[in-house]
Formats: sequence, structure tokens, C-alpha cells
Amino acid sequence: MMTIFDFEKPISELESAIAELRQLAAEKGLDRSREIAELEAQRERLLKQIFAHLRPWDKVLLARHPKRPYALDYIRLMCENFLELHGDRLGFDDPAIVGGLAKLGGYRLVIVGQQKGRDLKERQKRNFAMAKPEGYRKAMRLFRLAEKFRLPVLTLVDTPAADPGVESESRGISEAIAQSMLTMFELTVPTVSVIIGEGGSGGAIALAAANRVLMLEHAIYSVIPPEGCAAILYRDPNKAPQAADALKLTAESALELGLIDLVIPEPLGAAHRDPQTTALSVRTAVLQQLDELSRMEPDALREHRYQRFRQMGVYETV
Amino acid sequence: MQRRGVAQENSEQWVQCSKCKKILFRPDFERAMRVCPHCGHHHRLRARERILLTVDADTFQETDADLRPADPLGFPDYADKLHKGSATSGENEAILTGTALLNGYDIVIGAMDFGFMGGSMGSVVGEKVARCFERGAERKLPVILFCASGGARMQEGLISLMQMAKTTAAVGKLQRAGMPYIAVFTDPTMAGVLASFASLADVIVAEPGALVGFAGQRVAAQASVGKPPANFQTAEFQHEHGMVDLIVPRKQLRPTLTYLLEMFLPVEAHAR
Repeated sequence: MMTIFDFEKPISELESAIAELRQLAAEKGLDRSREIAELEAQRERLLKQIFAHLRPWDKVLLARHPKRPYALDYIRLMCENFLELHGDRLGFDDPAIVGGLAKLGGYRLVIVGQQKGRDLKERQKRNFAMAKPEGYRKAMRLFRLAEKFRLPVLTLVDTPAADPGVESESRGISEAIAQSMLTMFELTVPTVSVIIGEGGSGGAIALAAANRVLMLEHAIYSVIPPEGCAAILYRDPNKAPQAADALKLTAESALELGLIDLVIPEPLGAAHRDPQTTALSVRTAVLQQLDELSRMEPDALREHRYQRFRQMGVYETV
Repeated sequence: MQRRGVAQENSEQWVQCSKCKKILFRPDFERAMRVCPHCGHHHRLRARERILLTVDADTFQETDADLRPADPLGFPDYADKLHKGSATSGENEAILTGTALLNGYDIVIGAMDFGFMGGSMGSVVGEKVARCFERGAERKLPVILFCASGGARMQEGLISLMQMAKTTAAVGKLQRAGMPYIAVFTDPTMAGVLASFASLADVIVAEPGALVGFAGQRVAAQASVGKPPANFQTAEFQHEHGMVDLIVPRKQLRPTLTYLLEMFLPVEAHAR
């Protein structure tokens, strides 16, 4: 199943034409390489043109693209090794959050991330990456493990929101989010967060209280989903594209506002067109951050993280 | 939400309870700290009223009164909402902070005002809350915060989300200084405020019947199998589920807070 958004339609039409031509050439044994090259150049031009003018709402769609690489894809593509660990030690193991021990370019580290599902069954199992309290409690347990063995922490953020259901409320979803942030703030090892897809409000910041916060080019990070914002602002959830503009939820805006440290470029046509290259870019960026942070003393790392968030806020003084 | 709102003001002399709809004689109602003598409903208080009802007379000294909200994103209608918030609450932001004495104990105190844009947390609220914890840590003072908020302030976008992290980090500072932090959940304590500094207190007290929860009721119901319980997202529900230590009627708050301070503070801090 191919999912195509409006702005991607002309590209995918060209892509099918190229594929058809290739098949035809192979079947009939004809040389159509010049036509194919011409179409591919056209596709490249079109991609450049379209991706040069993406609106915030297009980025929302890209961040939620069903073919976009997910946390475990990045872990598989960028790590030399990964051993997933399970459970919050309080009775649960939330599949919406994955975590474990990884080797990455000479570093041994703890990775924690939100995981979406690729098909219907997995989506249900992963609860659309909406973590329950036990997910954040698993994350905290792994953060403490990292602290104990002096391992740096990498979090991969990709969630529409924390799970809002009755069950999660009953087990203290708010407290779990707050404690997860606090646990990250108390760490004295280097921590890096990458927003790889959707950075959905409290569910996202719960895993993003890090020394360095990076965002993929077409990821989004927002205090409220644009649909929810539109319902409040315009009393019409269909006006989500306008709300996406108002919320300034793109990586570019977050960088301009000084809330993230780096935007990691995605390949032309976004991460789902080339997960391998995207993962390599994430790897390079993360390693660079780890190299810099590793030179800092444990207490300095904690204080650096405190100051990083402490200066965030825009107000006037009279 | 109407049901939970401030009491209907019919005239100077009489008010109507927003829950049981009984007509109340205003001087009695005020003397009862706006708790309905018939049904016990706790009506919302303005931040300033709350602080003055809680601390020793003439001891409240406001801090950071010079902070004013900005409109960093140029968000639609924000300037207008801020203006209305000031008019409704009589404050220039959704929280009032300061220092005071509580039964002789030196404290840092803050109270949120739901009348100012639903008590939402943007940059100013985040900054004032963080400064409360930092002040407590530096001056070795306990911190008491009265929460009343719908959550993070949408109009400051991602900057508001970052206030959750900032205030949480500041709680950590106070914890390391070994000073107590007591949160009082009043109606309502929700979303981004509940999911950050509010839930991290050493002791959590809630007023009876206060709405306390993460997501809106409709969102929560949609995301769940079966119907939410009748008391879903009330202080009582959170108490049943281990998220709130004590449900304390308004009249009992001052003695309860005093007892907690007496238990946590070193003996030298007593009997001033």
C-alpha cells in the first residue's frame, strides 16, 4: 500500500512512469535509458521544487507519513549492535516505548524511543506510540541504569501524545511524565534527544529533557496537535493547516526560537524516500554531540542541562 | 465547566451556589471561604484571595510582579486574550508568587489564577514557578504552590511546552536543597501543569471535588474501552489511585499545611 499526499502526487506519477518504462525496456529488450534519465531528472527537479516550498501542514503530514522510518528502524540502521530490554519492574512492559543497550561508533549507550507500528496489528500493539505510565517508567528505569554504569543516553522521540485513556489516568500518566523529565534532569551522563517524527506535547518532552535536542528536518514539535488547536482557535478541526502555521511547529521555527540545537537535513523527498541516508545523518549528528558532551564533567553536564532549559521563555519586564 | 465556575453573583447581598443552586447570603459565603454551606462545593478563588486566606495577616510580599507576558509567536488573538485575562482576574498573569509567613513559618508561596486564560502556563508562569523553587533552594525555604490550570498555554506554542521541563528541573534544585515542596490541587489542575511541577511535590493535597487529570474528559473517554467511572478525574479519583495524599476541605488547609511544615522543617525553624 502506497500512501500519497497531495503534494507528493505529481512525484509519484513520475515515479510510476519511470517504473513502467523500466519494465517495458526489460521485457522488450529495448534501450530506453535516455527517456528514463530524462524522467528521473524531471523527478529530481520536481522534488526540489516541491520540497523548497513546504508549508508547516505539509511537514505535519510528512512527520506522520506511514512509510517514515521509526525508532527501531533508526536503531537498526545506525547502531552496530542493540539489545532490547523490557519492563518497568512494576508489573508492565509498554510496547509503545522501546529501550535497550546499543553500540554506536565506539560508544556504549542506552537508547530509549517511542515506537510506532507499521501495519494495523503492530500499530495496535504499539498503541500508535502513545505511551502509558508504564512506558515512561520503563524509560526511567533505563535512565537510572545508564547513570549507574556511566552510559550516555539517546532518546528518539516520535509520538502523537501520551496515552490519554482512563487506564493511563488511573496509573498516573501525569506523574510518570513529570518524573521522567525529572529523572533526565538528574542524570550526570551525556544525554541527546532526536525528534525523528512527531514531537507530541507532554508525551514528547517526557523523553526530551536532554543536553542536546536535535530535530530531523521534516519532524514536528508542538505543545498541542494542530487539529486540537484548530478546534479551540477556529472551532473547526479541519482548519488544522492554519493552526499548524500559528503553532510554529517546524524544526526551522524551533531552531529560530532557540529551543533546539540542530536541524538534521533529510534526503530530498524526506526520510521515507531514503531511510539509510537519513539514519546515517542522524548517526553523524548524534556522534558529534556525544563527542562534545563527553568532554564535560558529570556535574557540569547536569548544570548545562539545567541552564539549557532554564533560559527558555519570552517575557517582558516592566 | 459552568457547574464548577465561580458562584453566580445575583446581587451585592446574595449569591447562588454554582452546584446546588441554593441562594446564599454573601457575608456567610465569604466567611466560609466560598464553600457552599449546603452542598460543600468549593468555589474557585482568585489567586490573591487564596494567598491572603492562607498566610498570616500582612505578611505576603509579592515577588516578580514586574514580569509581563509577551507574544513571541504573534499568535492569533493572544493579545486580546491577555487583556481579557487581566480584566477577569485583576492580575497581570496566571500566577501570583511571593514570600510570607504561615503560622510563623517563612515560606515561598504561589497561587495560580484560573481566571487568567484558564491558569495556563506560558513563559511568565514557567519563570515565576522556577524562581519560586530557586528562591526556596537558595534561601532554604519551603515552597507551597496552589495549582489551578487547564495546562500549557497554546498561544506560546513550543515555548510553553518547554516551561514543563524548566519548572520540573527547578523542582530538582529544591529537592537537592532538602527543602519541602507542598502542592495543593485546586479546581482544576490539568494537563501540562499536572504533568510537570504539580505532580512532583513531596506531599500532594487536593481540595474536595477539584478536577484533576491529564487529558480532557472527552479525549479520555474516546481513548478508552468502556465508560469512565462517575468520579473520573476528580480529586477523589486521584486519591483512590494513589496520586493525591490528602483531600482537605478549604477550612482545614491552613492547619494541615502548618502540620506538614512542622514535620519537615528542622526544629530550629520552629517557633518564630
